[in-house]
Amino acid sequence: MFGNLDFDVIRRALPYLFFEGMTFTLTLTGLAALGGLIFGTALALMRLSGYKTLGRIAGIYVDFMRSLPLVLVIFWFYFLVPYIGQWVTGASRPISVGAFASSLITFIMFEAAYFSEIMRAGIQSISRGQPAAASALGLTYAQTMRYVVLPQAFRNMLPVLITQTIVLFQDTSLVYVLSITDFLGAASKVAQRDGRLVEMYLFAAVVYFTISCIASFGVRRLQARIAIIR
Amino acid sequence: MNYNWNWGIFFQPNPMGTGTYLDMLLSGLALTLKTAALAWVIALITGSIVGVMRTLPSKGANWFGFAYVEFFRNMPLLVQLFLWFFVLPELLPKAAGTWLKQLPNAPFWTAAIGVGFFMSARVAVQLQAGIGSLPRGQKMAATALGLTTFQGYRYVLLPMAFRIILPPLTSEFLNTIKNTAVAITIGLLELTGQARSMQEFSFQVFEAFTAATLLYLLVNAVVVTAMRFLERWVAIPGYITGK
Repeated sequence: MFGNLDFDVIRRALPYLFFEGMTFTLTLTGLAALGGLIFGTALALMRLSGYKTLGRIAGIYVDFMRSLPLVLVIFWFYFLVPYIGQWVTGASRPISVGAFASSLITFIMFEAAYFSEIMRAGIQSISRGQPAAASALGLTYAQTMRYVVLPQAFRNMLPVLITQTIVLFQDTSLVYVLSITDFLGAASKVAQRDGRLVEMYLFAAVVYFTISCIASFGVRRLQARIAIIR
Repeated sequence: MNYNWNWGIFFQPNPMGTGTYLDMLLSGLALTLKTAALAWVIALITGSIVGVMRTLPSKGANWFGFAYVEFFRNMPLLVQLFLWFFVLPELLPKAAGTWLKQLPNAPFWTAAIGVGFFMSARVAVQLQAGIGSLPRGQKMAATALGLTTFQGYRYVLLPMAFRIILPPLTSEFLNTIKNTAVAITIGLLELTGQARSMQEFSFQVFEAFTAATLLYLLVNAVVVTAMRFLERWVAIPGYITGK
């Protein structure tokens, strides 16, 4: 069954796969997680603020993003971002943004919806006494959030945030639909060039599996640690 | 924005000669729903079996359930579809591989089975959590009544657990529908795929994707409403959601 497989093709492609592909995938994952977390926290704060309109806008945004398939959102931004760029810079033509910028914007906007729900749950898990104590100390709303509520919410939600980042890491493979050279894109390009689909896709599966497995093992250990503290 | 809007495009005939562009999108929607329905059946059945296995007293069954979930959860869906579509036929004995490759509608079956197994791992985790959330007295009561393990699950634990996890199952069902869009990569012309080809034929990017977006939102609304009725119908008396 594995007799006529040529695993040497993987060895030869390793530099391309990891230096080009995996670097792209990891950079995209890291920056998108960071951006998604910041934007998502802002959305969560909007939803929990007393202002009804602000909350509703954030709510509609989150529901909208979560009802669309990621592939469709990737297409949307791929075609939309040049026009937004034109509008922002006032250029006469849609400006071309690279594959990286376009996919980064897509993932930040998309993941923000998911991160905002996690942060909202995190903020709601903080007991009422905490913000009350903060205002008794004379902290403003912004200071309360910055110094009291958000650090605790972030800490409580850390395992879930990392789990969502693992999902994000796997989801970045979908930039394949834009023929971008992420890890899977690189594997697929080699696979098609050398006619070695089986070896390359098996190898890609093993790599994604190993990284995600190690990361989720880490999350379980982290969870156990946090559970002892509380 | 210097873009030529043309909302009338939907009523113009498509280049395939299968009616208008709107017909193209609607056939994509039908395929999305068909794929999602079959995938959901697979996900529910295998997910339930694996979920139950994770709660059984047998160590072997626990281990199998754990391995199953980790296997399907730690690989991107896209990679799993590629494994089913490109790799599996090559690894099978030659005759079986050729038969698989020549199967009519191969992208449809691959997508439904691939998405189904991918989602089954999530269903299994939900069900395990649902069974775990039941008071331990339920299982003991079932044993005390003289029910076998199978009967205990069949008549006591599962009917309770499924009703408890109905809301998260709704989001998993919606995820199943959304995940069928990944099948565009193996050539399935479901809703996203049809929107994409409409954009390639007509160059009306934003109209095509707007229409697909509205259709996805519509499907979401229908599913959420239907599930809310189902939730009220199966609510357990005495619980917060009960009558």
